[in-house]
Amino acid sequence: MEYVFDLHKIMLSKQLVLVYEGEFTQDITKSVLSMAERNLESVGEEEGIKRKVFNVMVECLQNICKHTDIVINEQYTKDNAIFIIGKDKGDYNIISGNSIQKKNIPGLTDKLNLINSLDKDGLKSLYKEIISNTELSDKGGAGLGFVDMARKSGQKLVFSFHDVDEESAFFILKVIIGKDKEKLAI
Amino acid sequence: MEIIFIEGSEDTPKVQFDPSKNIFEISGRSLPEDCASFYGPILKWLDTYVASPNSSTIFEVKLEYFNTASSKMILDVLTKLEKLKEAGKGVTIHWYSHDDDEDMQEAGEEFSELVEVPFEYKVY
Repeated sequence: MEYVFDLHKIMLSKQLVLVYEGEFTQDITKSVLSMAERNLESVGEEEGIKRKVFNVMVECLQNICKHTDIVINEQYTKDNAIFIIGKDKGDYNIISGNSIQKKNIPGLTDKLNLINSLDKDGLKSLYKEIISNTELSDKGGAGLGFVDMARKSGQKLVFSFHDVDEESAFFILKVIIGKDKEKLAI
Repeated sequence: MEIIFIEGSEDTPKVQFDPSKNIFEISGRSLPEDCASFYGPILKWLDTYVASPNSSTIFEVKLEYFNTASSKMILDVLTKLEKLKEAGKGVTIHWYSHDDDEDMQEAGEEFSELVEVPFEYKVY
């Protein structure tokens, strides 16, 4: 049972407020949101931060629902995504991890690098350009999730890809919501 | 004309369109997974309404949260209201946000830059 103790220690040292692993559906999204909301409520978090965390959570969770690729692997399937909320010196880290097909890595990397290269006004223009020129995709997305997360965060999106097997990778995204107003105004 | 009344839920907004009482309101949270099927009937209803509208329409948006897929559909909803202006009818969008919710206020300002309908900003 040592691993339980170890896992718990990691959760405490990393100040993980919420960890969920498994299948992601709209119903689970709603449950995770309400759990996180209660948690932020109970620690008396300020309204502005709560709203930003909530918004980014919604986009993160719905991204997992819509964009996790079907990967044929013993350990990683569509139902093995992870969602974490952690704290770091008063900042909130909203982290998602899900499996994707390796062929989707370049497109995803380009999209995220473009977003990270833009300042506040650049992100606003990109948002307006996408919203005025695109229709909802078959999966029901507007293609605005990452841009919106970057805008709500005011900081760069942190992401990485990890090898699963020849065909597939695990995509991790971290969005930081900080209390520092100056940081938010980048 | 038929009215629309949809009770709000934890991931869908309350929608109330009643031309006889001159009430047009969307409020609450909008984060459904399938936004197109939620907003589809609303857009269809608006097509019918703008063909024979009231002389003046105040359209109230009082949302607490919306996801990005909803924002696309909200833009489509607000764009329908341009028809009222083109037909020489009165139309104003009342965009509500909590007094400390700058993101919601900014979202309203952005919609106003994309839609040719006057906006008034309200705090609740």
